[in-house]
Amino acid sequence: MSPDRSSGPDPEGATTQVAAPSGEDAPSTPARREKRTGGGLGRYILVRFLLIIPTVFILMTVVFFLMRITGDPITAALGGRLTPDQLAERRAEAGYDRPLFIQYLDYLGGVLRGDFGTTYSDRQPVSRILLEYGGATAELVLYGVIVALLIGVPLGMIAARVRDRWGDLALRVFAILGYATPVFFVGLLLKLVFSVGLGWLPVAGRISTRGELTMGTILNPSPFYLLDALRLGDLSLLWDVLSHAILPAIALGLLTGGIFLRLVRTNMIGTLEMPYVDSARSRGVAEGRLTTRHALRPALIPIITVMGMQIAMMLGGAVLTETTFEWNGLGFMLAEYMAARDYVAVQGIVMMLAVIVAVSNFVVDVIAALIDPRVRY
Amino acid sequence: MTASPDTPTAAGTPERREPRWHRLPVVSHLRRSVGLQRGMLVAGLVLVALLLLTALLAPLLAPYGYAQSGADGVRFGTQQPPSAAHPFGTTVAGYDVLSRVIWGTRTAVAVMVCAVVASLFLGVLLGLVSGYLGGWVDRILVMLADAIYAFPSLLLAIVMSIVISGGQSNAWGGILAAAISITVVFVPQYFRVIRAEVVRLKAEPFVEAATVIGTGHRRVMGTHLLRNATRTLPLIFTLNCSEAILTLAALGFLGFGIEPSSAAEWGYDLNRAMADATSGIWWTGMFPGLAIVLSVLGVTLVGESLNDLNDPRLRTRRRPRRRRRGEAETPRTVNA
Repeated sequence: MSPDRSSGPDPEGATTQVAAPSGEDAPSTPARREKRTGGGLGRYILVRFLLIIPTVFILMTVVFFLMRITGDPITAALGGRLTPDQLAERRAEAGYDRPLFIQYLDYLGGVLRGDFGTTYSDRQPVSRILLEYGGATAELVLYGVIVALLIGVPLGMIAARVRDRWGDLALRVFAILGYATPVFFVGLLLKLVFSVGLGWLPVAGRISTRGELTMGTILNPSPFYLLDALRLGDLSLLWDVLSHAILPAIALGLLTGGIFLRLVRTNMIGTLEMPYVDSARSRGVAEGRLTTRHALRPALIPIITVMGMQIAMMLGGAVLTETTFEWNGLGFMLAEYMAARDYVAVQGIVMMLAVIVAVSNFVVDVIAALIDPRVRY
Repeated sequence: MTASPDTPTAAGTPERREPRWHRLPVVSHLRRSVGLQRGMLVAGLVLVALLLLTALLAPLLAPYGYAQSGADGVRFGTQQPPSAAHPFGTTVAGYDVLSRVIWGTRTAVAVMVCAVVASLFLGVLLGLVSGYLGGWVDRILVMLADAIYAFPSLLLAIVMSIVISGGQSNAWGGILAAAISITVVFVPQYFRVIRAEVVRLKAEPFVEAATVIGTGHRRVMGTHLLRNATRTLPLIFTLNCSEAILTLAALGFLGFGIEPSSAAEWGYDLNRAMADATSGIWWTGMFPGLAIVLSVLGVTLVGESLNDLNDPRLRTRRRPRRRRRGEAETPRTVNA
């Protein structure tokens, strides 16, 4: 294997099975490599967990100072609308006239207490936005992952089986198209066909107004509409929720589905050439079973690690999907606050998403380590 | 093009000298590709050429300006369906969609070139220095690059575009803002690749030999390390080009793009088109969207083919067992 592939960042993930196990520890500095010599799973989880802290800390610092280079959020939000005196007064009130470093410490202290700041435009704690809208985003991302797996794994297997023939080419072009088409364009096309053209599915939103009223009757609602609809046991409500989710889920799922397809294909090609597959074939195992059993399992391991990296991309995609379908999640709110030039809110949401990505990367790495002992340090 | 027995490859040294351009990244890949893989590469190259040509000849090709809502004192009318006068229809603001799609190639190409060139320089430089010097500089840079790499790139681009342009932009301001936003996302990728290669190469005997005979740091870095560490760059380069177009469009779609009066940008047009879609107006979104898809598709096809051709396990072979490319004249694909 040529070394040039060992650390190539690969947005499509096609080469990832030869790449390092996860996004974060790919470039193994000598210091990290030493850790590989000893320790079991527990140690790995601990080290990996501790690695979250510098990542998140660096991101917070970078984002904080970047956002302040250009000025304070109040000037950005209210710029031309107030006199300089009024502006100065507001700034003093919010503490933006203090030295930048003090503000930074203040911000860090707040984050440690779980306080990501208060939005400027509607005076809401950013952490409450997370609680209120995070569920919707999580639901969407979950649907997206399901669709992506449903598309990626079977089609990838087929592509690997018919390698280098027309079917393979068609599937690969499909995968590239999935990557090349922006989520919002897929969304637009889906809307044009299924909502406007055929009238089968709703254009936007998470639920109809009538459904929302029914939903309001439920005690301690969960952030997942689907769960609530199931709890109520109302079939029409269930369809209401599902029909709103179909198009966004497909739009988001196609984005990652193509990546999964390519990944499964590449890895299956690798595993299908393994001696143990040959030996199974010589024992008379049917081709179909070879593909679905013998070659598939090991080919799926990289998917789990790549999924960790994909979470970052999925969240980026979710921002766009939510904006496209007016899905009331974090991404939709992010776009709203961006339009309102409320940069405290933007910074807060961005930071929270970064923490979510860091933590989910950790979870995925731990799962990968549980499945594949080679991953451990 | 008849292939001689020892067609040079990126890695191998030719015994018989061939024209120098045969060894250029894309050309050498094209020469050793066969069958469907060659088809993909050629299709990608054609699309890329089309994109670049359109961008270059936009003033000649576009029937109207990108912010022109009337000609000869007559207004185009808003949301007109495609007709002979406006093959792609007009937008809600009364702009000609075809013209905006054509002018949009300029914005896309400008951002793509600026972003990729800037991140190439920065990333390679940082990777080289970091890998060569090592020590705490290296540690800090690696940590930083890792942190940025783990961050959702779109969010990073949003933060950067707020920082750079405060969200509002004219043509070049917007193009540069988008380009820099994308650069920040890409630099860690180049950094990581180059650094990893440099760390590996630093231990090679020829670098040690150079140091022993008293070669300066700058020369070791420039000649011995850089030249050998850049093999994978064309690959990341193409992948990043496509990502640049997508990020630009995403920024535009979220309202952080370029003002419609100062340049045409597909993402912004799609944002406007979302509202049209509900009332069944498809042409305002369809064409800018297709433009994005085709551009990204072209660049990705090229990158994808290069990737496959660089990987011996993925490369379609002309014949089993005889791996030396160029030996078999008849392209024969093998299904392993």
